[in-house]
Amino acid sequence: MSSRIAATFARLAEEGRCALMPFLSVGYPERDSVLELAPALIRGGADLLEIGMPFSDPLADGATIQRTTEIALRNGITPTDCLETIKALRASGVEVPLLLMGYINPMFQYGIERFVAAAAAAGADGFIVPDLPPEEADEFHAATKQHGLDLVFLLAPTSTDERIRQVAELSSGFVYCVALKGVTGARSELASDLGAFLERVRQATDLPRAVGFGISRPEHVAQVARMAEGAICASALLDYIGSLEPSARVAGAETFVRELREAADAA
Amino acid sequence: MLKEPVVSPLSGHFGPFGGRYIPETLMTAVDELTAAYLQVRDDAAFQQQLAELHRSYTGRPTALTFAARLSAECGGAQIWLKREDLAHTGAHKINNALGQGLLAQRMGKRRIIAETGAGQHGVATAAVCALLGMECVVYMGTEDMARQQPNVFRMRLLGAEVRGVDTGARTLKDAVNEAMRDWVTNPDSYYLLGSALGPHPYPLMVRDFQSVIGREARAQILAATGRLPDLIIACVGGGSNAIGMFYPFLDDADVELRGVEAGGHGVATGMHAARFAGGRLGIFQGTRSYVLQDTNGQIATTHSISAGLDYAAVGPEHAWLHDEERASYVDATDDDALAAFQTLCRTEGIIPALESSHAVAEAIRLAPTMNKDQIILVNLSGRGDKDIFTVAKTLGVEI
Repeated sequence: MSSRIAATFARLAEEGRCALMPFLSVGYPERDSVLELAPALIRGGADLLEIGMPFSDPLADGATIQRTTEIALRNGITPTDCLETIKALRASGVEVPLLLMGYINPMFQYGIERFVAAAAAAGADGFIVPDLPPEEADEFHAATKQHGLDLVFLLAPTSTDERIRQVAELSSGFVYCVALKGVTGARSELASDLGAFLERVRQATDLPRAVGFGISRPEHVAQVARMAEGAICASALLDYIGSLEPSARVAGAETFVRELREAADAA
Repeated sequence: MLKEPVVSPLSGHFGPFGGRYIPETLMTAVDELTAAYLQVRDDAAFQQQLAELHRSYTGRPTALTFAARLSAECGGAQIWLKREDLAHTGAHKINNALGQGLLAQRMGKRRIIAETGAGQHGVATAAVCALLGMECVVYMGTEDMARQQPNVFRMRLLGAEVRGVDTGARTLKDAVNEAMRDWVTNPDSYYLLGSALGPHPYPLMVRDFQSVIGREARAQILAATGRLPDLIIACVGGGSNAIGMFYPFLDDADVELRGVEAGGHGVATGMHAARFAGGRLGIFQGTRSYVLQDTNGQIATTHSISAGLDYAAVGPEHAWLHDEERASYVDATDDDALAAFQTLCRTEGIIPALESSHAVAEAIRLAPTMNKDQIILVNLSGRGDKDIFTVAKTLGVEI
């Protein structure tokens, strides 16, 4: 059975295009912003979307996502609200793959099996959980398998070749390649050793490689498009949305993603 | 008794607790740390080097003091104090900092990262880095910096860079987040975690380094009284002084073990750090344990008069000892701790840390219910010089 995520990567591969996967924080800037912003990102050319669940202590995140999640929590966002957001996006006709990205404890409190089942029913396609390495993921893995969803694991430049092989074997949909040593956040340049890292991943797995952390500008996306199958953009997009007047956010987000799309397709 | 097959500290699990919930970027660093630690754990030369430094630098063994006037005032059991307040830098924290500092040196590390709450772990780490000639960066919540100013200055005198953390409640958990972010960015640095918390191997390693407390105390109380204590009491923040005291007594079934958490303004008020009374199973900052949190799994803001107990999670081995009913956990409020602080000053001429005062409070509460032949051993985990400003302010005294 091919998941919607796998099918999307397969189609893009045939078209010779790099997947573009922007990220939104549920509840940022306003409580229901994602319902307007997500369709705008898709109009701009997003192939998949990451839907961020807020957590009080996001230790893998830099200043931007710390701030957006703090605002989301102030806006009262709960895991249930995140599931409702997915459901509402599907009801409004959104068809691209939707991945829930969040820290493990809120999902654990909801109940792993119950959360995965509810996410599947809401129309989610997969999960990215930055503080859940495969070693601790047995229950989560079983639940996603049962409900036909993908559990995407992360790989880092510090991962050994052996570890890359082991993690990729357990990952499904794609592998999330962390582009740098560090936390999330906009950067001015990509790490110089990114290509070598992505090549090591290529040697270990046939899964699509999506690159995130620090992917901030059209030229970064163009570089990633030449080396990998997907580009993820989060902090820079949220910084930009946050800098706009409320009335300009939807159009601005669309334009921001369109520029990334054009850079990816021109690469 | 403990069921060995269920406890597998070498894999990082204490029953259903513990583990390694960390970003992938750190997994290789943590694997290397685990391998390096397990190697020195059985290395006689390393252990001898550590023991020699504990003798010549830390001032170990620390004394065991019979608190005669306190015992008489309470009426009932004899209260004995294990004097970790006499260890260099003023608390048990040096036991772990020195052990990990030597390990970091063996691993060829040049830059040390640490977090601190009360500042005692930060001071101990700064001292060890000065001793071993390593760079030291300490993260500390700005709220904690305000209430522990003397320790901030001490760390700076010892050559450490103290970085204030202005996120969240600006206390220990926020400092841990920032220290982890630094480590993710600089995985070649050594993260010298200060309590029996976080991802494997820290809970195991910190417990091992702190177990010197319980090993000494066990021999000392046997030498002084010819018997083991009936009850051992220690305060529990992350729980490193308590686990270090408890561990060598785990197989002594007749020795009751009791941890004291921070009751703050009272558990009913929600302003406390009593994880067993007010928390539930969760996953936080690398480990699975009892965690104070809301119904949606967001980590709760904690409160205690003592910065060192002001933390939302308890070490996974304590969670295990609690569920196995080998140790029991209670709480003492800010007021209880403050009263015990003053009582110990007055009766014994010892100024205890506010953290340790929570353990003293429980001893004062229980001693009258026990008879004169019975022995309570209290781990006096640190000295209270750092706390005199907080105490003065609470008592309405200007100094």
